[in-house]
Parts: sequence; structure tokens; C-alpha cells
Amino acid sequence: MSVERTYEDINARIKAGKAVVLTAEELVEKVREKGIAQAAREVDVVTTGTFSPMCSSGVFLNFGHTKPRMRMTKVWLNNVPAYAGIAAVDAFLGATELPDDDPQNSDYPGEFRYGGAHVIEDLANGKPVRLKAYSYGTDCYPRRDIETTIKLEEINEAILFNPRNCYQNYNCAVNASERTIYTYMGTLKPKYGNANYSTSGQLSPLLKDPNFSTIGIGTRIFLGGGIGYVVWNGTQHFPGYLKDAAGNELCGSGGTLSVLGDLKQMTGRWLVGTSFRGYGTTLTVGIGLPIPILNEKILEYAAKTDEELFAPIVDYSESYPNGIPGNLGLVSYAQLKSGRFQLQDRDIPTAPLSSYAKAREIAHKLKSWIQQGEFLLGVPSQMLPGPQAALNGKSLVVK
Amino acid sequence: MAPEKIVLRFGAETSDKPIIYHLAKDYDLIINIVKASINPHKEGTMVLELIGERYSEGIDFLRKQGIAVNPLAQEIVRNEDKCTHCGACTVHCPTKALFLERSSMTVNFKGDDCIVCLMCVQVCPVKAMEVRI
Ligand code: SF4
Ligand code: SF4
Repeated sequence: MSVERTYEDINARIKAGKAVVLTAEELVEKVREKGIAQAAREVDVVTTGTFSPMCSSGVFLNFGHTKPRMRMTKVWLNNVPAYAGIAAVDAFLGATELPDDDPQNSDYPGEFRYGGAHVIEDLANGKPVRLKAYSYGTDCYPRRDIETTIKLEEINEAILFNPRNCYQNYNCAVNASERTIYTYMGTLKPKYGNANYSTSGQLSPLLKDPNFSTIGIGTRIFLGGGIGYVVWNGTQHFPGYLKDAAGNELCGSGGTLSVLGDLKQMTGRWLVGTSFRGYGTTLTVGIGLPIPILNEKILEYAAKTDEELFAPIVDYSESYPNGIPGNLGLVSYAQLKSGRFQLQDRDIPTAPLSSYAKAREIAHKLKSWIQQGEFLLGVPSQMLPGPQAALNGKSLVVK
Repeated sequence: MAPEKIVLRFGAETSDKPIIYHLAKDYDLIINIVKASINPHKEGTMVLELIGERYSEGIDFLRKQGIAVNPLAQEIVRNEDKCTHCGACTVHCPTKALFLERSSMTVNFKGDDCIVCLMCVQVCPVKAMEVRI
């Protein structure tokens, strides 16, 4: 008889200290040894992890009120502007925001040494951050300006809210042109000099549940070193399958998550301010998702190996910037991780932008939280749209 | 003639040899130790100002002891706390001084193979590769 489990069954086993938890890598080994059916009978939860640059990240802050009170129209943190077009003393600081005086790409390729992401890392590390704000005065909020220093522990809330994280799969970026290009996929040398990729392959959360059978609103996750939640699908959530030339479905692609958590639980070890030369700043975020093994099918997907998971190879000199669809072929994560692959007659060296070592550490951390009963599965109150929803991206048309 | 500033990098085998003594005694060099540090594994770096007629012989002597000798301001170090082991630098390092250990998927840095081209300093997304002066 094939296995059926509910979230409640698994949580009861976690509380009793009896849950069998494996990382996605360990599951691959287990399945090699014992096969799918037996592994599904034995394993309750599989943990995944990723540690990658995720631009669509930011934090909602509430600074607390001054005496006399002040609303805040314009806010800067360590000189980086935060969006304050919401209630008094609330602001949203985005990872890619730059100081007003950053030279950006005027001295191409720009360095982008410090941006919103670095402020978030500094806050998470408990460092003092300079707060500057202006406002027009009102009868209820007379104060017009402030300059002071804040620390994470001194402010009311800091809610990390990342509207598009945890990309299910990502392009393997190459540069077909004659000159070096500087992209959010890193520095790409001319004439296919290198190929950069950015997922943790067989450890990557959404590659291990391509049908979104277990992930929904309320899924509890490892986020930046603390506990966070999946709160919605991410922006540009268009889950589907990557297909080979013959049209066979190979693996998931296109899904994203909106995630949220308390920055006060997090540390700069798992939220790292990141700069891509010639591109800008971004936040490297550590995320881990638990996959409950509700049935054998779910385990089968969770056990997919680097050999069975693929990335599309995309040229970032011409096709990507011009939105030309299609790709130059597919490459498996096993090949990418080996350090080189063949594309037609070319031998291309690869480099990851996402730390596999840290992804592994996250999967192990989450595993130990669950084993110690510190982390129960969040039961989704609503599932996210999967490939069946057939969501497609819209283009922005100039009218 | 102004003194030459150099950086020495040595392994545990050489860290307790009296190299400064030999430089002064055998090669008649005037030595100013600008900076010296030895890590818990007994590997060390030392910045020296050297002057004297037999300067190049002294340098040869150092190299024969297995010490890496480089001009100052040309030493690259990795900030171990910052490095996330992403691997982005590995494909840009011309000598493979930075390379991915495939089994652990961690990035190793072999300072001895570094030719101070500064590529890693430019591409490292978290600024973990630093020029040490
Ligand atoms: S690019 Fe920087 S963070 Fe990444 S492995 Fe190299 S030194 Fe470490
Ligand atoms: S400076 Fe150049 S040679 Fe030295 S580690 Fe960096 S990339 Fe490699």
C-alpha cells in the first residue's frame, strides 16, 4: 500500500521526536539505496535550502515616535532612501536602493558598494544605522526633521518582506558578444568565456516540489536564519516545466515565492548585502523549505538529482536584454556543478552565484530544528497556483 | 636608494627559522619590520623594508626558504568571515588560486598561486577579497 500522511500526522511525529527528516541531498542517497517506495514509507520530511542573491527583498520598519511627534515624508538610512509613502514612522527599505549620490553606472562598470541590502545586513547584525527624515508639519505631527542613530533592537518592528524570492529555476547566463558584460548574473566574459548559474540544484526548494503540492500560504520556512513564512506567490510566479527539444517535461521552472519574517530573528550570516559590478546591489538571502512527504509522488519529485534537473542557457549580451524568447540549449545541474560543460564545440567553464555550501548548511539547520521539535510544519491555508494554472507573463506595452 | 617594501608569506615550516637574522648577518641588509602576523596554524605574513647592496641575493635566499616574496600593496587576502563560498570568483581567477572544492562545494584560496591581478577583488559580490597594504 502506498503511503499517505497529513501535515497533522507529521507534526505529531515531530512533537514526539519521532519524525524522520532528511535533507534533499540525503534523500537522493536514500532513494539510490532503497528505492522510491521504501524511502516514502520511511521519510516524513525533506529539507531544502538556497543561498542566492534575491533582488526583490526589503524590510518594513517602524521607528517609534519622537516627542513632539513627526510623520516622515522622506527617510534615509545610512544615506540610502527608504520609501515612506505609508503611515507615520513606517518605511520600506528595498535591497536594490542606492544612496542619492552613488555614481551608479556613470563610471561604468559601477561598483555599487553600498545599498539597501547592506543596510539590511547592518541592521540584522545589530550595527548602528544613521536615520535621517524630513516631513511637512501638521497639527498632529509638528516635528519636521530628525537625524539620529537606530539599532534593530531599539525600533518597534522590522519585518522582512520579500515579494519575489526563491526562484524555482534560473538561467545559466553566457555572453556571446565580443566584450565583457556586467549583469545581475555577474561578470560574463566575451565569447562564452564563462557560464554563471544561480540555484542550488538538487537542494533548491521549488525544484523539489514542481507541482506546488505542499507549498502554500502559511508554509513555515527558514528565512535569513530565523523562522519565516510563505505569504503569497511571488511576483512573476509563472510555474511550468522546462521541456527538452522533443517536448518532454524535465523539471520545474518559473515559480516564485513571497516570503515574510521578523528581521529581529535573523542575522547577517544569512542576509548578506551584495554588489554586482556594473549592475547594482542585491540581498543574498538564505531560505530553506521543508517538504512534507504526504505521499510517494511528492517524494519522487523531492528525490530528483542534479542529473535530472536542468537550466536553460541564455545569452545575456543579445537575447536577454532584448527579450528574445528561447535559449541556446539546456544544461544539467550536475554538469554545471562539475565546473564545465560543452555547448556545441565550445568548452565553457561554469561559476555559481549561489552558495551550494551554504544551501547545504541551511538544509541541515532546518533538519535539526525539526528533529529537535523546535519547528513544526505550517499547514497552508491556501495552496499556491501550480503549473496547471498555466499562468503566463504579460509584456508592458508602450501606448 | 630608497628601501624596498616587500611582503613575505611563509608556511609553518619556515615560521620558526631565524630568517631575519640571516638577512642581516649573511647579506648585510638593513631591515625594518613594518608588520608581522602569524596565524594559529603558524602560517605568517611579514612586511619588511629592506635596503642594502646584496638586496637581490637576500630575496633569492628568502625564496629558497620556500617563502613567497611580493612587492608591498600587492597582496590579496580573503576575508573568511565575509566569503559566502558562492564561487563567482573562481571562473575569473587566472591561476586557479581561487577554486571550488567539488565535494564540499566550498571555495579554497591558495594565496601562493595568486598573481595579484585583482580580478576577484572586482567580481566578488560581497567584497570578501581584499587588497592588504
Ligand atoms: S566571489 Fe567572493 S564570496 Fe564568492 S567564493 Fe569568491 S571570495 Fe567568496
Ligand atoms: S588577485 Fe587574481 S590571481 Fe589572485 S586570487 Fe584574485 S583573481 Fe586569483
